[in-house]
Amino acid sequence: MTTGVEAMDVRTRAGGGRLAWAFVERQTNLWKRYWAWEIVWLVYGVVNTLAITFIAKQVGNEGTGASFDTSKLVLFLLIGTLVWAYLSAVLDDISLVVTWERWEGTIEHTLMAPVPRALHLLGMSVFGVLHAVVRTLLIFAIAIPFFNIDFGSANWLTAAVVLFAGSFSIAGLAILAGVLPLLYPERGTQMSFMVQALVLLVSGVYYQVSVLPGWLRVFSHVSPATYILRGIRGGIIDGQSLADVWPTLLALGIFGALLIPLGILTFMAAEHWAKKTGKLKRQG
Amino acid sequence: MDDQLPLRARHVAKSFGGGWNPTHSLPWRRNGHARSDPARRVVDDVSFEIRRREIFGVIGANGSGKSTLIRIISTLLLPDAGDVHIFGMDVVRETMKVRSLLNRVSADPSFFRNMSALENLLFFGKVYGVSKQEVRRRAPQILARLGLEWERALEPMSNLSRGQQQKIAVARALLTSPVLMLLDEPTTGLDPRSKRDVQSFVSEVRQEHDATILLTTHDMEEAELLCDRIAFLSGGRIVAEGTPLDLRRQVADGRPLEEITMETVFMELTGRSVEEDEEAEAGVAAR
Repeated sequence: MTTGVEAMDVRTRAGGGRLAWAFVERQTNLWKRYWAWEIVWLVYGVVNTLAITFIAKQVGNEGTGASFDTSKLVLFLLIGTLVWAYLSAVLDDISLVVTWERWEGTIEHTLMAPVPRALHLLGMSVFGVLHAVVRTLLIFAIAIPFFNIDFGSANWLTAAVVLFAGSFSIAGLAILAGVLPLLYPERGTQMSFMVQALVLLVSGVYYQVSVLPGWLRVFSHVSPATYILRGIRGGIIDGQSLADVWPTLLALGIFGALLIPLGILTFMAAEHWAKKTGKLKRQG
Repeated sequence: MDDQLPLRARHVAKSFGGGWNPTHSLPWRRNGHARSDPARRVVDDVSFEIRRREIFGVIGANGSGKSTLIRIISTLLLPDAGDVHIFGMDVVRETMKVRSLLNRVSADPSFFRNMSALENLLFFGKVYGVSKQEVRRRAPQILARLGLEWERALEPMSNLSRGQQQKIAVARALLTSPVLMLLDEPTTGLDPRSKRDVQSFVSEVRQEHDATILLTTHDMEEAELLCDRIAFLSGGRIVAEGTPLDLRRQVADGRPLEEITMETVFMELTGRSVEEDEEAEAGVAAR
């Protein structure tokens, strides 16, 4: 007959990576089952990308002076919409970690599993990033034939490294936003969308942050999305090398190093509070 | 502390609501006072122990505190007072260790509806450290004993009936070989056949596995059929505890024991029937 402690020892065999990967597999299964929704989001992403980038073409057709470079504006907006498609997908997937479980009715069974919360959130973050990469590449592939863009001077390595480095900070931000549905079962999801909206406003997705009023521009400095967009545009539009964008990479590294632990610790504190007040119930 | 005891709860209490809430002082909220509703005590000074390989039943009406108690033991709620130890480990301070020892079946099966039963079992198995191979080997055996064909496990959960989903929930709990199984009204809402299948499986698990079971129910017959010992929970307090025979003796007052139903025992020890208790609790909740 096994004692409780012996049984527990047997169960410690699952490595951290395996535990985190269980969430990646689960989300992949859900993604396959909800394929119709994925098509909806893909169509929305493509339409959004085209609609906004066509604005640049119209500006070019109407003419705004000899020095105006239409192709640069097209590329500026195309990168903005694609990066935003990526960032919003990452933010959605991770920040809805609690909402998703409540919706399915599995929150209690998932949260009582012997998985450290950091590994649970890590698994959700890995899926969020992989999912966002696939969706954004598809949008890019569908949208690109609509525009005559010369990528001759683009430095794709710089763009890829900036996106990779920036994904950590966005994951940290998303985990922080994911705390809201834990704290506010009824309104938290909408509040996490508000976080996305603020990031969209201050980060220079569709315009340079220099056009923002001074008081609003201050917030652009604390949004990691500002640096991701700056680095990727620097790589693709201006052909900047990794050496050229190192201050941006450094800023993203600092954001990631701060936001991920902050996000996880805040989530754990919120979970403790939810366990104290009874907010970890199945329904919101 | 006896670390061989599967469960020991001492003076556990839990209240909800109450306290200071500044949003209530806003002019458009309530009467403009920063006070919330008074706290409602849901579990009140509850103490009990469960021995190895025992099925311990907690009987009470809806709202009597059974599920809150289960959530405290499952590490999903923090008690306001008292402590719960699983094999000597505190559920609050040694949460991760405790979680690896227990699993739960609730009245609501709680699955990812569009994933197949197998995908659900693989996920929940994996987070408890059970390999894919082990899930694929053991799940068909468990489901067969529960009277469910393995083919059904390959369909999305939403295609399965409530009874079939509950059988998958029982399989999910057993796959992780918990040393303490928490069955929170596992047969509520099931058709008679599914109910019987689940009940006989619970008896079988106790006989064949090294599992201790805490069962909450408001079904007196089920409690008497399955439980070695029973505690009556009313208004968040344990008002009586013992074997079904002990409890009958407490109220017999000269009557033959076989004529006394568990419903009668509950009424006489709590002063009301389960239905009355439910109405009273609903009244408190509405206030």
